Amino acid sequence: MNSSLLDVKDLYLYFRTKRGPVKAVDGISFRINRGDTLALIGESGCGKSSLAKAIIRLLPTNIDTYKGHVYLDGKDIMQLDESKFGKLVRWVKISMVTQAAQNSLNPVIKVGQQVAEPLMIHEQLDKKTALNKAKETLSLVGISKAFADRYPFELSGGMRQRAIIAMALTTNPELVVLDEPTSALDVLTQAGIMNLLKRIRKSLNLSFILITHDIALSSELADKVAVMYAGQIVEFDDADRFYRSASHPYSAKLMTSVPTLRTDKKLEFIRGLPPSLINPPATCRFAPRCPYKHGRCSEDPPSFSLRSDQRIKCWLYSVEGVD
Amino acid sequence: MIETSINVLLSVANLRKWFELRKGIFGKALYVKAVDDVSFKLNKGEAVSLVGESGSGKTTLGKTILGLYKPTSGEIIFDGKELWNSKSNDLMHYHQETGLVQQDPFGALPPFMSIQRVLTEPLAVHKIRSSSEKNERVHKALEEVRLTPVDDFVNKYPHMLSGGQQQRLVIARAMILDPKMIIADEPVSMLDASVRIEILTLLKDLQDKHDLSVVYITHDLSTTRYFSEWIFIMYAGKIVEKARTKELLRNSLHPYTQALLKTIPDPDPDNRFKPRDIPPGEPPNLVNPPEGCRFHPRCIYAMAGMCNQKEPPEFEVEKDHFASCWLYG
Repeated sequence: MNSSLLDVKDLYLYFRTKRGPVKAVDGISFRINRGDTLALIGESGCGKSSLAKAIIRLLPTNIDTYKGHVYLDGKDIMQLDESKFGKLVRWVKISMVTQAAQNSLNPVIKVGQQVAEPLMIHEQLDKKTALNKAKETLSLVGISKAFADRYPFELSGGMRQRAIIAMALTTNPELVVLDEPTSALDVLTQAGIMNLLKRIRKSLNLSFILITHDIALSSELADKVAVMYAGQIVEFDDADRFYRSASHPYSAKLMTSVPTLRTDKKLEFIRGLPPSLINPPATCRFAPRCPYKHGRCSEDPPSFSLRSDQRIKCWLYSVEGVD
Repeated sequence: MIETSINVLLSVANLRKWFELRKGIFGKALYVKAVDDVSFKLNKGEAVSLVGESGSGKTTLGKTILGLYKPTSGEIIFDGKELWNSKSNDLMHYHQETGLVQQDPFGALPPFMSIQRVLTEPLAVHKIRSSSEKNERVHKALEEVRLTPVDDFVNKYPHMLSGGQQQRLVIARAMILDPKMIIADEPVSMLDASVRIEILTLLKDLQDKHDLSVVYITHDLSTTRYFSEWIFIMYAGKIVEKARTKELLRNSLHPYTQALLKTIPDPDPDNRFKPRDIPPGEPPNLVNPPEGCRFHPRCIYAMAGMCNQKEPPEFEVEKDHFASCWLYG
């Protein structure tokens, strides 16, 4: 269980715009072990989805910089050219459930055929075999086989989302990126999808990267947590530690803004706005909003490791301490 | 006529809003029963959370209360006056005393209007023409929602604002006519965690400062604990449970409320090891809702011969705690 599945080292993804490069992914490193789920949390616009797209290499055309290392099973997939990447990695080893995906099904193609499509492309199966396998995957996610012959409009929102998850699972990938998989769904439907994800990751020994801005929801799956702020990971921590007491000032402030249903607490919000990703300041990017700001913060802090599975990008955790 | 005490601002009785799906000339007329027999009271200066899933009728109820839809039947009494009563039909005045905060701030703001114009529009509609009064009101409204310094903001356009600032502008627009009641329809569901709390705190401050009544429409039960005095739970066009916030969260009575509460996570690393209990099935179609209690096909306590035949009335199980469920009959 403890072998490393995905190892990202110094990954950069900048987008070209008229006003200069947007540094959406700015030097990110982290590791996921096989069977573990990483929750990637942060405010909108902090680069969560861009990071996912950089890993699975689903990129727009206006790329300014795209560099770094992504080791999958020890092999650097950044070195593969586009056609090899498509053949060996995308949807074969890593698949993805994109945001608001339940509305991205093709309305005029039957659900079963859409789920079978990745098999026909990536495993060169003939239509009949692919369709049979797709039906098995559909029943794995809790959709009866009869629904394979229906059109997307005949399915409820929750069932469409299950079909999309089936599409990501049908090629037996090792890692599935879930980008806000339940953000458009109702509370009960959302809980159903979370139950499904909990079940299949156990039975298939899958790894997930769960991207969400809903912190309470992220604790439904996370073994590890990465907090992103302005294009960088500011805290990487074990879920058991993180949800009980987050370390980075940004994470800690973020946690105080999460309402709890069962206990009373004092809710607070973070004043100010995150910096623009075009020309972000060379200081610590959270410093202007940070209650613990001190002299050292005018310099961008490195990530400090207090324990083997914890990294915090803040001078408060430097070995020399605060001066 | 239902009795109203001095403290009650809004009183709704047996309200129905059915949308016609098919005319009944040849064959049966079909209706979507979006709001079906809803009654409640809202006190001055208090906030109520209207909680339900999408399709439960909470937005329709909000719009009907605002006078944007004409109810199919039932009474709406606001500040002692009956709305839609032919004798005192003064919708214009009513709209002046109520405000709406929409869900998607960017969609709710016209992109070609400056902030100044966004805020003067309601004043023009309600015939406030003096430019000094207009300016004064715009300044006051922007200060109230803390879009300051005001002079930096008045000439900006909506796209120049962040999501949180846009939502504050929408609130300023709702407040500019000094309303007595605000309906906030999912005001924070498009916003980030920290900005959510910022906006809800602002709404709460305005509520306290102006003795405003607020109807907070949401599907997110976890925020209701902090920002409302009452919670009403809606299911399939009906209010199934009403109680004070703390009481409802501590001692929920209706099986639907109980199911809903069980599915909402608090941040806790142990969550990942536990599947959650979810009632089977999905909410019913509102054209042909189930006989009897609308939740009975999904309810673990459903009693045959009772719940599937007779619709439960509202029982006051404890003081100020109402549930529409035969378990309490």
